[in-house]
Amino acid sequence: MLSFTLRRLTLAVPTLLIISLLVFLLLDAAPGDPMSQVPLTIPPEVRAQMREALGLGAPAYVQFGLWLKQMFWIEPQVLIDQIFGTSLAADKLRVLSWQTRAPVMDMVAERLPQTLWVVGSAYLIGISIGLPVGILSAYRQYSALDRTGTFVTLVVYSVPPFVTGPLLIGVFAVHLGWVPSVYDTTHRVTDWQSFSVQLRQMILPIAVLALPTAAQLSRYMRASMLDTLPLDYIRTARAKGMPEHIVVLRHALRNSMIPVVTVIALGAPAMFGGAIITEQIFAINGIGAQLIGALQVGDLPTVQTLTFLFAGLIVLANLIADVLYGWLDPRIRYD
Amino acid sequence: MTRPALPLSRPAGATRGGRAKNGAVFGAGIFVLIVLAVYLGPLIWRVDPPYLDLLARNAPPSPAHPLGTDELGRDMLARLMAGGRVSISVGLAAMAISVGLGAAIGLLAGFYRHLDGPLMRLTDLFLALPLLPLLLVMVTLFRDSLTQLVGPEAGLFALIVGAIGVTSWMQTARIVRGDVLALKERDFITAARSGGARDIRVITRHVLPNVLSPIIVSATLGVANAIILESALSFLGLGFPPDFPTWGRLLADATLYLQDYPGRAFWPGLAITLTGLSVIYIGDGVRDQLDPRTRARL
Repeated sequence: MLSFTLRRLTLAVPTLLIISLLVFLLLDAAPGDPMSQVPLTIPPEVRAQMREALGLGAPAYVQFGLWLKQMFWIEPQVLIDQIFGTSLAADKLRVLSWQTRAPVMDMVAERLPQTLWVVGSAYLIGISIGLPVGILSAYRQYSALDRTGTFVTLVVYSVPPFVTGPLLIGVFAVHLGWVPSVYDTTHRVTDWQSFSVQLRQMILPIAVLALPTAAQLSRYMRASMLDTLPLDYIRTARAKGMPEHIVVLRHALRNSMIPVVTVIALGAPAMFGGAIITEQIFAINGIGAQLIGALQVGDLPTVQTLTFLFAGLIVLANLIADVLYGWLDPRIRYD
Repeated sequence: MTRPALPLSRPAGATRGGRAKNGAVFGAGIFVLIVLAVYLGPLIWRVDPPYLDLLARNAPPSPAHPLGTDELGRDMLARLMAGGRVSISVGLAAMAISVGLGAAIGLLAGFYRHLDGPLMRLTDLFLALPLLPLLLVMVTLFRDSLTQLVGPEAGLFALIVGAIGVTSWMQTARIVRGDVLALKERDFITAARSGGARDIRVITRHVLPNVLSPIIVSATLGVANAIILESALSFLGLGFPPDFPTWGRLLADATLYLQDYPGRAFWPGLAITLTGLSVIYIGDGVRDQLDPRTRARL
């Protein structure tokens, strides 16, 4: 299992490198001058020096190499420094934002927890709603539950997050006034009271992301269970006198999970895309909001780093899915 | 594949197929209705979308403005129809690009063994890309230069359609490749080859018609996907310019006034959702008709 995981991990490295190169080339090919916002009174030679200071004079491969070095060599050192109090990365140049002149990763470290909290809990809730609904509607195919479930999931699945967001705000925040419409990221959980406030402000953003996930997963779970339930080994298990819940939840579910795990992993890009929209709707200052802010002012180092981070999170989700395959179906480990 | 009867399942057959077909007809009906409404509607409702009726700002629905007006007194019904024309054109054009790319890559990867590895690695790579961030990057960075080159509307249209098209072909490519791999071993392909047919002829005359059904299904889903992506871009303020209505832009504008005029967000939201839903129903129905194995599943 360990060697299988390691093999998958080594495959993820070139993928990430190619993605960061693609993003870099895209940004490099983009027209537009980072100096265009600078006042015209600044003389051309100062302007040239400013370009030089931003590292824009160097050829593309030098810039990309520098970014790689800063991202994969200096940033880990900074991380080690912060954990162990060493000074490996002292005075070394980190990836700097053009907008604030601060290290990009420091800002990301402040914002990433918000995004991961919302996306992570939305994923967990989506899975814990979607799977039972899918299993039940497959087990009782054509029952009232199955019919309503199939229809409701289709409707929920086809409503995009930027429609559900305003809709839920309109109903629950504006009309009923049960929950706040804006997510307050400065809120600190200290006692029971503040915890309930935190819970209430998380409900809407998480619901916006979790509902389509739950809908999609339940549809795939149902389809996959419907494929598994009529198979011979299920009948064998029943014939042996296994209790019904063991047959369904252990024998059938494990084999039905494989396509569902694929869907969970392939849903990661959509999930992070949804998170960008959700952060915009509920004013959460996560990395999605940071990306949009950086794009609007043309802060290319931040855009490059954040896009790479999104890619990294997606590759990580795929990696987890690969490892789960190996656990669900041991035959996959030896391909 | 024969399915042994489950204790809890009904006899398979006519009812399920019939239901899927009904769904497809229903979906197609709604979709045609929406298309007719946005393209032919302006012939009946002759209000100019950008016309400012400054005396009737934020008006509730009335005979003069059936869906009310926005904060500048523009007629919502006219804007909804104008926005629908843009959204649906974006959906169709982006779908054409993504399905064309996906089908071509899938056919090549499935047909030529030596292209299979590289093309499928490319597909996997694209599947791992953070699509919405990349779309945002492309649209923001190339907006100005394309706008200068071909004008604001045509430039942005080409940019958005192209960006959505080149980032959403992967599912089509995978499905088409899988089907081509299976088809390639069939006897009629061998027969065509022994008859002396060139590769290009085998692909276009014998393989392509047999993989049309997954391509059609991806095409329908591609339209919905592209409309939703374009709306997402417009919603984030990085799509079409503010005076150029699309459904996503109308929705984004309406959310600013959600507290006071919740009804204004309802219609564009409903339009996006209904279009997506009807197209998914069409895709499901087409798949069930063309491929009975997957009937009534997803």
